[in-house]
Amino acid sequence: MSLLEISNLSVQFGSEARPFNAVEGLDLSVDQGEVVGIVGESGSGKSVTMMAMMGLLEGQGRIVADQLRFDGKDLLKISARDRRKIIGKDISMIFQDPMTALNPSYTVGYQIMEVLKEHQGLRGAALKQRALELMEMVEIPAAAQRLSSYPHQLSGGMSQRVAIAMAIACKPKLLIADEPTTALDVTIQAQIMELLVSLQKSQNMALILITHDLAVVAEVAQRLAVMYAGQVAELGAVPDIFRRPFHPYTEALLSSIPEHSKGARRLNTLPGIVPGHYDRPVGCLLSPRCPYVQERCRLERPALTVDGASGVRCHFPLSAKEVK
Amino acid sequence: MFSFILRRLGLLIPTFFGITLLTFSLIRLIPGDPIEVMVGERSLDPQMHAAALHRLGLDKPLYLQYIDYVVNLAHGHLGDSLITRVDVWTEFTTLFPATLELAICAMIFAVVLGLLAGIVAAIKRGSLFDHGVMGLSLTGFSMPIFWWGLILIMFFSVRLGWTPVAGRIDLAFDIPPRTGFMLIDTWLASSRDPSLSGAFVDALKHLILPTIVLGTIPLAVIARMTRSSMLEVLREDYVRTARAKGLSPSRVIFIHALRNALIPVLTVIGLQVGVLMGGAVLTETIFSWPGIGKWLIDAIQRRDYPVVQNGILLVATLVILVNFVVDILYGVANPRIRHAK
Repeated sequence: MSLLEISNLSVQFGSEARPFNAVEGLDLSVDQGEVVGIVGESGSGKSVTMMAMMGLLEGQGRIVADQLRFDGKDLLKISARDRRKIIGKDISMIFQDPMTALNPSYTVGYQIMEVLKEHQGLRGAALKQRALELMEMVEIPAAAQRLSSYPHQLSGGMSQRVAIAMAIACKPKLLIADEPTTALDVTIQAQIMELLVSLQKSQNMALILITHDLAVVAEVAQRLAVMYAGQVAELGAVPDIFRRPFHPYTEALLSSIPEHSKGARRLNTLPGIVPGHYDRPVGCLLSPRCPYVQERCRLERPALTVDGASGVRCHFPLSAKEVK
Repeated sequence: MFSFILRRLGLLIPTFFGITLLTFSLIRLIPGDPIEVMVGERSLDPQMHAAALHRLGLDKPLYLQYIDYVVNLAHGHLGDSLITRVDVWTEFTTLFPATLELAICAMIFAVVLGLLAGIVAAIKRGSLFDHGVMGLSLTGFSMPIFWWGLILIMFFSVRLGWTPVAGRIDLAFDIPPRTGFMLIDTWLASSRDPSLSGAFVDALKHLILPTIVLGTIPLAVIARMTRSSMLEVLREDYVRTARAKGLSPSRVIFIHALRNALIPVLTVIGLQVGVLMGGAVLTETIFSWPGIGKWLIDAIQRRDYPVVQNGILLVATLVILVNFVVDILYGVANPRIRHAK
């Protein structure tokens, strides 16, 4: 059984009278120790999905799902109090901008120790010792002194390391990294990614990596989910998808990687924009932008057809010979 | 931290001089002088007038008077009241506890209720409670103190008879002044003399209406400031991080959000001390409260230059000191300020 099983998850925002779906009919599963990449444009519902699972939407969104099962428990059916025992301990999350993700009023040490106190009941010397260990695990130099630093005294990269230390403090089974390197310098990005991957291996955590960066996914993830306008467009094993995408959107994403357009004068792009919350087409959500669109696509919304570990949401999946 | 305090202390000196200059010139800008006011409607012999002014040193050029004033201040002489001949410091220290007692009660009233209302309104944003608090605080903020005081007296004291109309304590009780704080004095007295057992409750009853009247504007300001500051902080990423750690909602709100939301509120509370002193003048007049507000009003009417100049100077110094303490607290609450070079 998978560590995480999300089936048919929808997250609805807006008033009851004028709702819109930020996420619609999302299915995703993650196995123990597996790295799953989620890619998609801004606003495609990547972060919202994860926030909904963590219970971080704070009553703003209406969350419906057939199941949202983590480690044998349905996160939507247990009480908020029981969910808080899992959140931050067995599932933890790191966010995009490390400079704002840490509380400016408390020392780094306090913020790390807080998690350990809350979930593991550590106190006194053992608590401090463990916090120090974590700081060293995320390779923060002069860790002992850094414990009493405030976030504004740290660089972005250092702050993200602290955030990672906080997230892995209780040896989580699943770590969600929401664009963990987007706000960082290019040189630091690689270091943080490397750290995440090595921690994932040494701790044998499952890792969900939300990113725009397909190159990172290719390198790190075993499986990939491509999201478009709140739906999963395609999912499958990374090598398969990269070699042979079935969904026109995935194909467009891949061909927009600079390395894939060598020799061309311009990068390949997909014309048009993601449909707004209130002007979703009746048929396939990609139909206004799809180069292969047909009549049926405009009239009927396709379902995700799953074949083993892979799936595609398209009436006319690309066959091998059609790939450019 | 130490250099932070020193820097702040250094800034106090020019402020202090500004105040002396301001009070000195303002009271002299009001037409009339102490002698004229004393004599009143009767005719005044110009020679006697000039002699009296000379005796008081008020015939010297203004800049010399100012230098005399500042030199005296530097020696710690605040001068005597022209009317009562009692020195200003003695009068101030006798009357000040009454004002302080009222101000402390009003501040506790405003801070406790203001913070609570602001926090709950922010958490329950858009609810009936939120709209109620915001509406009431706007009303409270806009209400003239004297009108609000009279309305409360009319309703609670005259109509319902629940609270006394004026003063600090019923005349039936003879309370020996020990600390100058009526609540403490009555407490001490009643523990010694059983016949005074009702005095504490009586003093408390006398405090209720003035406290509400004086505390209403600070309460409104603090509630609004807390709400907006809290709303801003609740949207911050680090609050989301705190939630993602699996912390309880109360820990997220009181430890992670409130600590940061309090920083601007603290400044506002400090500024309210000045508002409180201004409000005390009106409140004390309405409730015949024997404090420095009433003392200053009387002194201005009598052109009692030393009392006005130094009374205001003392009050202003107090306000500055409180804001100085607030600035330091601000540094304690906000590590980014503390470390700023």
